Amino acid sequence: MSGKTVLSPATGSFPLKNAGRADVRRSAPARTWAFGSTLLKVLALALFAFLLFGPLANLVLWSVAERWYAPFKLPVSYGMRYWEVVFRPTGDAMSSLATSVAIACLTVVVALAVSVPAGYALARLRLPWRTGLMILFLLPQAFPSVAIYINVARVFYGLGLTGTIPGVVLVHAAHGLVYSVWIAAAAFAAVDRDLELAARNIGASPLRTFFTITLPLAAPGIMASAIFVFLESLDEFTGTFFVGVPQVTTLPLLLYNASMGGNYQIASITALILLVPSVLFMIVIERFLKADVLSKVGQ
Amino acid sequence: MARPSFFGLLLIAPALAMIGVLFLYPLGFSLVSAFAGPDGGASLASFHKAYELYSTDILFTLFIVIVSTLLTALFSIAIAGILTLSETPWLVSVLRNLYRWPLFIPFIVAAQCMRTFLAKNGLMNNSFVALGIIEPIQATSLLDWRGIIITFVWKQVPFVTLMLAGAMASIDRATIEAGRNLGASRLRVLIELVLPQVAQTLLVGLVLSFVTMLSVLSVPMMVAGSQPTMLTVDMAFRINSYGDYSTANALGVISYIIAGTVAWIYLRHNVRREAQA
Repeated sequence: MSGKTVLSPATGSFPLKNAGRADVRRSAPARTWAFGSTLLKVLALALFAFLLFGPLANLVLWSVAERWYAPFKLPVSYGMRYWEVVFRPTGDAMSSLATSVAIACLTVVVALAVSVPAGYALARLRLPWRTGLMILFLLPQAFPSVAIYINVARVFYGLGLTGTIPGVVLVHAAHGLVYSVWIAAAAFAAVDRDLELAARNIGASPLRTFFTITLPLAAPGIMASAIFVFLESLDEFTGTFFVGVPQVTTLPLLLYNASMGGNYQIASITALILLVPSVLFMIVIERFLKADVLSKVGQ
Repeated sequence: MARPSFFGLLLIAPALAMIGVLFLYPLGFSLVSAFAGPDGGASLASFHKAYELYSTDILFTLFIVIVSTLLTALFSIAIAGILTLSETPWLVSVLRNLYRWPLFIPFIVAAQCMRTFLAKNGLMNNSFVALGIIEPIQATSLLDWRGIIITFVWKQVPFVTLMLAGAMASIDRATIEAGRNLGASRLRVLIELVLPQVAQTLLVGLVLSFVTMLSVLSVPMMVAGSQPTMLTVDMAFRINSYGDYSTANALGVISYIIAGTVAWIYLRHNVRREAQA
């Protein structure tokens, strides 16, 4: 708790960083001014919080609103009926969730399968045009993606990959490659080279050194890149929209269809399901992505 | 370690192949398709058609993305500035815990949130009416260009702020203290002492945000259904309704040019900075 503050017993106010500038005994106008300033800060923070959480609160309200129409400011009746609809085993949402999770897991496997070797090579071996290669992996993120996806869909159509899970997995994996390659490279770069040399000195083969020393030490960073790729895949809309429809329906597509069809309850519940992994991720990411790895990302 | 490692190239080859097949090849495809005429030869016909049909949308897209980027810059600087320079610990602590929330929220979820929040009968108008700030008759739907900008800014400010606050935290506190001791106001310290030192980080964050916003499809589709709309929606429409790849790809090339221009401005700034250093 870095931001923890303790009320100063002497003044009953918060301790000041620059105590020299503030008089301990304030005159009446100064007290009024300080109070006004505090009030202003509280009001500004309240407005900020409202604008930040208002949209999310509206989402939650819609998810438990059974009936809500104008001119009522709050739902006319509340209930979990739509949650039951969503979580019904035969419901669209459950099958979309299963599809989304399956695609995300496969995407992680594909992305890690190509990016762990690539990350190791970029971090440890001598490669020509290394910077150019790093930038190449960034490009799919740096280009307006709709224009790419419509052409990927066209190429995939010729190969029979549109509307299939493998097609969507490939699109998601290419999209997530910048995270997996860059973070994997940073994770390998952060592994102490002396440990590898020590292992080699006592007779370990290069392969054994890699699997018993380098890979385990780089594992938290690689885990972080896997989480990134998983979330990117779970949330990906545009690529699935062009390559997956109409056969493959992921959660974002279900959310889109429900929302455009005016079914705000289903859309809101789907949106809340999509939020869960993102919030969990925000909590656990600091455990996996250590500062020494972060400082090497993109180098 | 002197010669390029063949083994290294072998290790990186699968990843390169993937980028080649799933990014470079479609990219080439889009360029060829955009510049192909009806008779198969090179032609600018698709661009002519794209301009005739969508010149308003091109300007609209530029307007949305530029305004959103500027607002994102403004809010990020304000929040990061408060986090760095404020002398009110509780304010900093609350703000630090608040601002990050939209960071990992997907665009499509943000779009759904705003679709309900900004509507005429959405929570925002209802709250303002309930607090007596506006009359019910004054409630208007913001689900048009304003809605798109609000959604983009809401989603991108935490990202840029995170980068900016990190950069501000790592600059030398002594310059800030010196400025304050010489009597400069905090606003002046922020603008004249802090910002110039983190300009590079701010620029990177804004360039990334700009290109991201340029390529989002869900937000313009879900938040503002009406005309004019953004180029991503037009591209999807040309493909899904007409199978018209050449016009869609011409629009795609136009969006590459917009993104490329921004990248060029960034690189030029970088080169100039390095020349000065």
